[in-house]
Amino acid sequence: MTEKITINPITRLEGHGKIEIFLDDKGNVDDAYWQVVELRGFERFCLGRPVEELPRIMPNICGVCPTPHNMASVKALDDLYGVEPTPTAKLVRQLHYDAFMVEDHLLHFFILSAPDFVLGPSANPAERNILGVIAKVGLEIGGKVIETRKRCREIIRYLGSKPPHPEGGLPGGVSKGVTEDDRKWIKATADYCVEFCQFALELFKQVVLDNKEYLNLVLSDAYKLNTYYMGLVDDNNRLNFYEGKCRVVNSKGEEYALFDYHDYIDHIGEWVEPWTYVRLTYLKKIGWNGLNDDEGTSLYRVGPLARLNVADSMYTPLAQKEYESMFDILGGKPSHHTLAYHWARLIEALQAAEHMQRIANDPLLTSKDIRNMALKLGKVGIGCVEAARGTLIHHYEADSDGRTTKVNLIVATQHNAAPICLSVKKAAMGFVKGPEVKEGLLNMVEMAFRAYDPCLACATHALPGHMPLILNIRDRSGGLIRTVQRS
Amino acid sequence: MAKPKVAICWLGSCGGCDEAVVDINEVILGVAKAVDLILWPVALDFKYNSIKPMKDGEILLSIINGDVRNSEQEEVAKLLREKSQLVLAFGACACLGGTPGLANLRTKEDIFNWVYRDAPTVVNPEGNYPQTTTIVNGKKLTLPEIYGRVYALNDIIPVDYYLPGCPPPPHLIMAAISAVLEGKLPPKGSTLAPHRALCDSCKRNKSKPERMAIRDIKRIHEVEADPDVCFLAQGIICLGPATRDGCGEACMNINIPCRGCFGPVEGVVDSGAKFVSALASILDVQSDEDIERIANEIMDPVGYSYRFALPSSILQRKTGKNK
Repeated sequence: MTEKITINPITRLEGHGKIEIFLDDKGNVDDAYWQVVELRGFERFCLGRPVEELPRIMPNICGVCPTPHNMASVKALDDLYGVEPTPTAKLVRQLHYDAFMVEDHLLHFFILSAPDFVLGPSANPAERNILGVIAKVGLEIGGKVIETRKRCREIIRYLGSKPPHPEGGLPGGVSKGVTEDDRKWIKATADYCVEFCQFALELFKQVVLDNKEYLNLVLSDAYKLNTYYMGLVDDNNRLNFYEGKCRVVNSKGEEYALFDYHDYIDHIGEWVEPWTYVRLTYLKKIGWNGLNDDEGTSLYRVGPLARLNVADSMYTPLAQKEYESMFDILGGKPSHHTLAYHWARLIEALQAAEHMQRIANDPLLTSKDIRNMALKLGKVGIGCVEAARGTLIHHYEADSDGRTTKVNLIVATQHNAAPICLSVKKAAMGFVKGPEVKEGLLNMVEMAFRAYDPCLACATHALPGHMPLILNIRDRSGGLIRTVQRS
Repeated sequence: MAKPKVAICWLGSCGGCDEAVVDINEVILGVAKAVDLILWPVALDFKYNSIKPMKDGEILLSIINGDVRNSEQEEVAKLLREKSQLVLAFGACACLGGTPGLANLRTKEDIFNWVYRDAPTVVNPEGNYPQTTTIVNGKKLTLPEIYGRVYALNDIIPVDYYLPGCPPPPHLIMAAISAVLEGKLPPKGSTLAPHRALCDSCKRNKSKPERMAIRDIKRIHEVEADPDVCFLAQGIICLGPATRDGCGEACMNINIPCRGCFGPVEGVVDSGAKFVSALASILDVQSDEDIERIANEIMDPVGYSYRFALPSSILQRKTGKNK
């Protein structure tokens, strides 16, 4: 008899999904699957829409990372119209982007992930959430989390309308600039963010690194995966969220590829499996070698840890110090420890905050020159940014009236989908032993995907939807023994 | 006294409505004290199995965002309806079908063929398409069935109240929650937002000429729009006349025209039809040729008029359900 455990919905992530764990006769994990249970259709229903409307439609792919979709879309329009944004427009876009990166990374850490560390993986599930975290760390720190997020989102509201659905962005520029008056509060917000990100890193060190049990968990094999990594870097191979070239390093940290994102089709393949709605990306030139992290794997990861593994350095000084300290403690670069995604995420938030500070002090920020009107409509436009969760590519084609004729999207959680499947399986094998499985251990399986901050709404841009996680425990014949839904 | 139970749940949504709930900032801490949040997948670890044993009506309020496009979303919507005294359709997708509702312009086959076969990055030598049931190494894996079209929430279950917007803004969310907790709700079926049109509160309204007369339609990227002047007066498509007020002019404030995420004004069923009629009345046309010329300039009538509302439009109801 095999057992099967179902976790549904999976929680503290964006979207709908479930986990199925199969146990063998002895109650050991035989296999595990992480499934994305929905699909949308943006690539098809955007056909026929005027291309300039796409930056307003694409953020609906994901209300958690709408700014990267808006930005990748606007950059695809720059490309389609053969136009460079004015220097001021570029600063305004990056200010919007940095504000987003800070608040989104902090949201993930404090609201979605901190409960597992501050309260512990096996804490009472009814308390294992942000409210429990605030109860434990105190209202003062909780208040600062809320305040930082609120202030960053004020910048997004000021430049892009509704933070969960920004509507601005035009080819060659932005629809609204920054005034000298408003520079003052933007500067104050940037300073506040730098300070808070430093505090968040301190907190991470105290709560996670100074706790031997957690540090061992971070370094354990159950949460380790040997893959390639991908991310954007600038000309000096520094980590860049907004622009650059796509760099891929192998599991030893050696450069495997450095390519212009316009050539993404040569490098990235999307594999289809019948048991999940998400397409699984892999390195096309190596070829699909299945779900494994053996020597011959073609799987790569994206997102914070991947970006730090890919870059030779950070872009800003404070973040650089933290970057060096992280790889020291983790035992060198690259790091394959999935839970280190959380750490890398906070270091990236610090870089975004420092960069925000730099922009807020740039004299050019408040110039009125926010549009380059020299538009010349071409046929193809490709835009790429590093979204909070990883590399995001929007590829559009248009007819001579600027009507959308083709859309292809590769989103962060797709790149990570196959590695997440593997991470979940490894964690299940490491922690789950049947037939009686404690809830806290199942949560430790969920921690394997939570580290990626997966966004299933994004991953399923292709139809409508979300990802709750279900954990089903099944016997060998597939009979459902138990569905675990923590309560 | 036990605190009232409240569920927040997403169906086919982007997560933006859940972010919007977090956007009420510190107020959320007060709400969490006043009620017993028994489901909120994005933030809390409760699973559906904890809802199933509840008595009918045990939950005071279920706040549901997202549209319905698959069998699992339909099941969850029905489960929450059964257990809840009140259901609030939260956000444009739940109220109207939302932007993903534009997928009703394409067939499910068309979407599947692109996503799993034709997209330039797809490599699918075995011709796999996702299946509701798959046997892998002797193990059975299941997926929800994806429907042929997108539904608004009230196509699937009865809805008591509507809170529009993509997403609803913080002030209206707080007002709605207060109304429920204080028992000061309007009649069932009400939309918890102002009754008038966006134009009525728009700061650009006073810039409108005495008589609007549009000769040419302009697209937003082609012009440098005047931030103080009515978009329609500048010949730029703006859904303000046919869209419910309450967003705080979020898009106007960044010099971008309205696309109608708040849905129709009070008493109007189909905001798209209303907009087409409003637009027709302000076109300056002298001849049949004029009409044809301007009509051709409106590049994407359905995408402008039904950006957030196609599944709940008259156009869609005529086709009936088509699962």
